[in-house]
Amino acid sequence: MLKIENLHASVEDKEILRGINLEVKPGEVHAIMGPNGSGKSTLSSVIAGNEDFEITKGSIKFLGEDIDALAPEERAHKGIFLSFQYPVEIPGVSVTNFMKTAINESRRAQGLEDMPANEMLRKIREKSELLEIDRKFLSRSLNQGFSGGEKKRNEIFQMAMLEPKLAILDETDSGLDIDALRIVSNGVNRLKSKDNAVVVITHYQRLLEYIVPDFVHVLLNGRIVKSGGKELALELEEKGYDWIKQEVAV
Amino acid sequence: MAFENRVDIDHSVHDIRMEAIKIFEEKGFPTKKDEAWKYTSLNALLKNDYSVFPKEESALEFKDIKKYFVHDIDSYRIVFIDGVYSSHLSQTSHEGLDVCIMSSALTKPKYQLVIENYFNKIAKKDDSLTSLNTAFSREGAFINIPKGKVVDKPIQILHFATGKESSLMLQPRNLVVVGENAHVQIIERHQSLTDNPVLTNAVTEIYTHKRGIVDYYKIQNDNQDASLIDNTYISQQQSSHASVHTFSFGGKLTRNNLQFFHKGEYINSTLKGITITEDKQHVDHSTLVHHATPNCESHQDYKGIYADRSTGVFNGRIIVEKEAQKTNGFQQNNNILIDDKATVNAKPQLEIFADDVKCSHGCTIGQLDDEALFYLQTRGIPKKEARALLMYAFANNVLESVKIPEVKIRINKLIAMKLGVNIGFDL
Repeated sequence: MLKIENLHASVEDKEILRGINLEVKPGEVHAIMGPNGSGKSTLSSVIAGNEDFEITKGSIKFLGEDIDALAPEERAHKGIFLSFQYPVEIPGVSVTNFMKTAINESRRAQGLEDMPANEMLRKIREKSELLEIDRKFLSRSLNQGFSGGEKKRNEIFQMAMLEPKLAILDETDSGLDIDALRIVSNGVNRLKSKDNAVVVITHYQRLLEYIVPDFVHVLLNGRIVKSGGKELALELEEKGYDWIKQEVAV
Repeated sequence: MAFENRVDIDHSVHDIRMEAIKIFEEKGFPTKKDEAWKYTSLNALLKNDYSVFPKEESALEFKDIKKYFVHDIDSYRIVFIDGVYSSHLSQTSHEGLDVCIMSSALTKPKYQLVIENYFNKIAKKDDSLTSLNTAFSREGAFINIPKGKVVDKPIQILHFATGKESSLMLQPRNLVVVGENAHVQIIERHQSLTDNPVLTNAVTEIYTHKRGIVDYYKIQNDNQDASLIDNTYISQQQSSHASVHTFSFGGKLTRNNLQFFHKGEYINSTLKGITITEDKQHVDHSTLVHHATPNCESHQDYKGIYADRSTGVFNGRIIVEKEAQKTNGFQQNNNILIDDKATVNAKPQLEIFADDVKCSHGCTIGQLDDEALFYLQTRGIPKKEARALLMYAFANNVLESVKIPEVKIRINKLIAMKLGVNIGFDL
């Protein structure tokens, strides 16, 4: 589904990604872990098409197609979703209306009619129940005055509404208390299928107790230096990143 | 322009008009040398040879101009075509209130007292453009709401220019008197239906008595050949509330002189605006809130979005006199420049002579947030629509205080149109 080969990316001439190789197949859950500044968030931004970063070498293929030149919204229309670490506040635009806009813009891009209102409402109800979101919440301005947990839950609600093929969750666990973590993870797990894939980017192992990865990759200085199964996450939790740094240095 | 022989000498306001002519002749049109006009030049506009009094009357059919009204609400209407009152497009009233026209108010004896008490009393007498209007205005809205009357529906004042004249100057004059405990909502719009240049020099005087409430909405979405100089003066008595929302989307040059004067305690004044410009449009908001009495509040919030080579001015003045203790005066002006060539000149002026006051002002000039744009794009919203959503969000809190839902919907639509997107910003 997603195939990244020798990806190098820079921001303002500073190279952050230095040769990433990653393949994600349908039905898989990948976790990307690494210390601060290793390039985790850059990788997710580059996959989603953030124009602040320049791809200097390598390629990103999604469903067999080179997507380097596509705008973020075009990638979204193809089925890539990025859950933000710091979702942006949009005053005056309610969660419901924002979702309507997002869904209908995607449908228009695919030459489809706008989603009928009753269908939209049914879908909103169904997905908000999944994320245990209160109705009143849906009429509030997007992310404005939301707590950290509400913002993250709302991100996963948007993911549920947009039904992406590939969801990248960037530090979704940060700022979540244990209940919110359970709700969010439960939502992600319920949305999982053999046809879609999830890439979880996280600093800590905690989230991976709830969203169990098939593969764990360690990102260090812009490269994936080690990959393994879910037990690798536990090892990292226990021993920190230093032993990997030493291993890489050797 | 030889105006003198066109003054109606029979009016009770004859002396006032003669005085105004003198002042205008002395001062002439303002130039960039005047501090208050430093960033707004009328030179290009004054090159046109304007007709001041149209020779022939024009008629318009309601169906052709319906879209310029907030037509989905029941309302009183006062409509002018090329400066002349159109009775067949209007819906006035004398039942329990007066919603009618200045020409009749100035001539009918029953209004003489109101005219004597209020005409040209709060309008700035040494202002040359106001004087020009005082001297030559023939028509406008006359709204007199008696004590205790809560007007059941909004009043719409519309001015159309048809282009019968190759270039036209209009001088509408409105007088609004809101009695004790009375409440009125007014929507005003100037609309040119032609490519011929139109310059409107409007003066509106508003008086609110004790506990009176007036909400005034100015929808400025005229075409690119029309310019507007709006002079609005508001005098407030004790515990009255007055709000003016100005939505400046269209027009070649727009200057809004908006001045509030406090004449009692516990007054609340609200001045809000959204400006969205493109091409070479110019919009200038010059506001004044004169706090002369204790325990009053004023709230100013102006948002501006400037694209292309368009230019904006925000000149916000708050004066707090020594007597005006416990004043709360807030002023906020935020601007986004979409293009490198767009400019805005923002100048907050706070002149505070009292010591126990709360006054604050904030002024920002910036660009759209790239991170926010990226966020919206990752949700499948194309860049253009995403930018529009962010601009809408930026301006949104100005709309929160709009009390007529249909006006809010209309403004939302105009914003979407102005930003060239097909997204409903319904709330």
